[in-house]
Amino acid sequence: MSRLETGVPVPETEAGGSATQPPAPPASPPALGPVELARWAWRQLTSMRTALVLLFLLALAAVPGSVVPQRNIDAVRVRSWQDAHPSLTPVYDRLGLFDVYGSVWFSAIYILLMVSLVGCVVPRLRIYWRALRARPPQVPRHLDRLPQSRRFEVDEDPDAVLERARRVLRSRRYRVAVDGSSVSAEKGYLREAGNLLFHVSVLVVLVGFALGQLLGYKGSVITIVGQGFSNSLSQYDDFDPGSLFDPDQLSPLSFTVDDFHVSFLTSGPQMGQPTSFDAPITYRTTPGARPRHHDLAVNHPLDAGGTSVFLVGHGYAPVVTVRDGHGQVAYHGPAVFLPQDSSFASFGVVKVPDAAPEQLGFEGLFLPTYGFTMERGPFSQFPDDLDPVLSLVPYHGDLGLDDGRSQSVYTLDKSRLSTYPNTDKALGPVKRIKLSVGQTVGLPNGDGSIRFDGVRRWVKLQVSHSPGKDVALAGVLVGILGLMLSLFVRPRRAWVRVRRDGPDGGPGDGSGARPGGGRTVVELGGLDRSSGGDLSGEVDEIERLVRGDPTAPDQDPQHVEHQTQEEHA
Amino acid sequence: MTHAQFAAFSDNAVMFASIVYALAFLAHLAEWAFVRSLPLPAVAEPVAVGAGGGLARAAARVDLADRPDAPAAAGAHGRGSDEDRELRVEKLGRIGLSLTILGCALHLAGLVGRGLGSDPIRVPWGNMYEFTLAGTFGVALMYLVLLKRYQLRWMGVLVTGFLVVILMLDQLELYQDAGPLVPALHSYWLMIHVLAAVIASGAFAVGALTLVLFLVKSRAVQRGTLQPRGYLARLPEAVALERVAYRVHAFAFPIWTFAALVAGPIWAEYAWGSYWNWDPKEVWAFITWVIYAAYLHARATAGWRGKAASIIALVGFASLLFNFVGINYFFGGGSLHSYAGG
Ligand code: HEM
Repeated sequence: MSRLETGVPVPETEAGGSATQPPAPPASPPALGPVELARWAWRQLTSMRTALVLLFLLALAAVPGSVVPQRNIDAVRVRSWQDAHPSLTPVYDRLGLFDVYGSVWFSAIYILLMVSLVGCVVPRLRIYWRALRARPPQVPRHLDRLPQSRRFEVDEDPDAVLERARRVLRSRRYRVAVDGSSVSAEKGYLREAGNLLFHVSVLVVLVGFALGQLLGYKGSVITIVGQGFSNSLSQYDDFDPGSLFDPDQLSPLSFTVDDFHVSFLTSGPQMGQPTSFDAPITYRTTPGARPRHHDLAVNHPLDAGGTSVFLVGHGYAPVVTVRDGHGQVAYHGPAVFLPQDSSFASFGVVKVPDAAPEQLGFEGLFLPTYGFTMERGPFSQFPDDLDPVLSLVPYHGDLGLDDGRSQSVYTLDKSRLSTYPNTDKALGPVKRIKLSVGQTVGLPNGDGSIRFDGVRRWVKLQVSHSPGKDVALAGVLVGILGLMLSLFVRPRRAWVRVRRDGPDGGPGDGSGARPGGGRTVVELGGLDRSSGGDLSGEVDEIERLVRGDPTAPDQDPQHVEHQTQEEHA
Repeated sequence: MTHAQFAAFSDNAVMFASIVYALAFLAHLAEWAFVRSLPLPAVAEPVAVGAGGGLARAAARVDLADRPDAPAAAGAHGRGSDEDRELRVEKLGRIGLSLTILGCALHLAGLVGRGLGSDPIRVPWGNMYEFTLAGTFGVALMYLVLLKRYQLRWMGVLVTGFLVVILMLDQLELYQDAGPLVPALHSYWLMIHVLAAVIASGAFAVGALTLVLFLVKSRAVQRGTLQPRGYLARLPEAVALERVAYRVHAFAFPIWTFAALVAGPIWAEYAWGSYWNWDPKEVWAFITWVIYAAYLHARATAGWRGKAASIIALVGFASLLFNFVGINYFFGGGSLHSYAGG
């Protein structure tokens, strides 16, 4: 380790301090008053090391959200996870593990990181502003201690060499300052600018993201084809508002789902995979507006004045008619069944609270293309509705809808319901009904009948509004630009010092030109201030140009390669 | 050609690509095996090795007569036979490189054939087999692209070995027949997103391999166990390895930023109706991004530079790989995907 550290050029300190790094904080708090303590804490918080630790913590804190189901992503999975882990649930709930990205500790980390970022960027902006207007730093006394340095002699007059050095550096887009017998030059100011731009844009992205999280909303609704939707809270199946969301903000959008098309691969190894689906809708942005049409498809959402509608899923809604024990139609209509797998075998229930004398319920599978084997029982061979069959278990008793507790429309509360015994025990203990389209089957004991009238489809739509997404996008794009400047621009400094050697060949007094005898000694030093630095090529090139001759610098016996010595130190 | 013929062509191309990579691997292996018996080339030219000169260049330039310790180091071998061996090493290295280029061309043909082999034609990354095919192609491509700039030929043996193993596993374990994409993947943002991710991942892989070599070499140097001959000794100086790795990471990071934080969210916005869903795959892309940002920070922080920073970057690569498998789990399985399941 230590060898490595000495091996890596550490230019910052040698070249008279760095503009990019905040000073390293002292290791322990000074035993001083509250003001000093606060200042110490602030320096700690805005140090590079703290930023590093906070970045790590952020990465670490994001992990549980990818493992534990999250409430605002998949509430259903959260509930089933909680059912499966009753003892862990209260602990996890306390820790906010079902809503990691909204939890106190996650917020604390990124807020600290942002505070640290501001605390880090603001002083750097000031320093940068000053550096932009400052002259390139003066020649270090010992040019030969720089990671790259050269020393050579030429015959020309020192002033001429100095002037040429100035021009060479200028034409290589260095900012130069001539100071007596030396030239200082610096370039690559855009690196720090890019770095600052990047860090500021991190803040901008966060603001854009926060706007969406606080003021936006996202809701989803299952709509049976032919039915309509109007944008109000009561219409949603689930709704996830931002914490500052106000229901009055819901735009007065309304639409009807006119149709739904889906096609599946009918052959080949991926048989049954959907190839396309889309749903033509008619919508109005305000109740009085002219109706317009849009073809909703995956990757083709509707954007109606900031409110977006997406097609995120589809499924079947078998239409059934249930008659009760008195022969009255107690239920008629489509019931939404939720697909269980890619074959669209779908699970659902039909609740018939109006049936008399007892309430009726049905639970079971909808199979769009019926198949049956002894091992598997009934299953769906294909996702399209080629041979739709309903396979239901009928229940009778009390649906539990009257005690005021809310119930999912997709499950039956069976605590006060009973099944019918099967007449043929070989088919299992419980009575099960199999229905094809158009069929009617009577229930035992004259409790009524159920008829499978037909199949309709539903689409799952997601309606969302996320303000600030343009801000976030612009922020990331600008951030990438800044990042590229920061990573690819190489800030460099170069110095040239020229003096006349004494006529005896000994070292001169450094007072500059002494016309008449001796040679002109040129010292050249270079410093790469980026962290990927390797400056030898650039310094070689400057040397060649300052010499004013095209010969390769390698041929000079005086050529000193400090790079070499460094790497073997 | 019909779609089926293209698909068959693709399978053959991928098989041949793996075979050619395997031959390239053997050539590089032989290169290093020969090097084992050779003394280190002239120490007077370390700049060429350290500052970008490849093994081959430094080796080819050796004049053993100038070496102060030549007789001792050359051991029992005569001067002539060592020169012969240096030449042979150089030749083997070149053969390895040429084979890698050929393998990469076949690999590309396999990918293109895969796209043409699906009806309708599509981008060749829609399932786990294809993601792995594209990902390994990214590694090969980035190695070749960066090779010239950073003189990476000494990595050949590792890169080709890696490619052979992963491609074989891909064909044996993950193979799926060509077919169309699920509708969620019908988006040109998908193409841009995956392309950027594949390029960035390929470069990150090259950077990670370099860092592993850096860690191994600097450890050997530190413990004084570095042998005067053999693979490790011929690698560039530890400092130069670390620098190359940094530059490769610096190249990859903005591309990854674009893939994970621009193209991905735009596509998600179209496909899911929300640009950031904290879906596990997004979370891990974000985690990977944050870890690499931490690496860049660490490298600029005194006391972290070198070993500690490198380990952070390797952790970043681990999370990248984990996410790669994760992505495939969600998209490759089909049935787990919300679109296929409704
Ligand atoms: C959300 C938080 C942050 C992210 C994502 C982030 C990301 C980055 C990245 C990617 C770089 C690399 C650019 C380069 O090497 O030139 C960088 C550099 C830098 N960051 Fe941050 N940063 C964050 C917070 C901070 C904070 C809080 C500080 C203050 C201590 C800070 C100070 C710096 C400095 C000084 C550099 C330049 C390092 C160099 O000279 O190479 N950053 N940051």
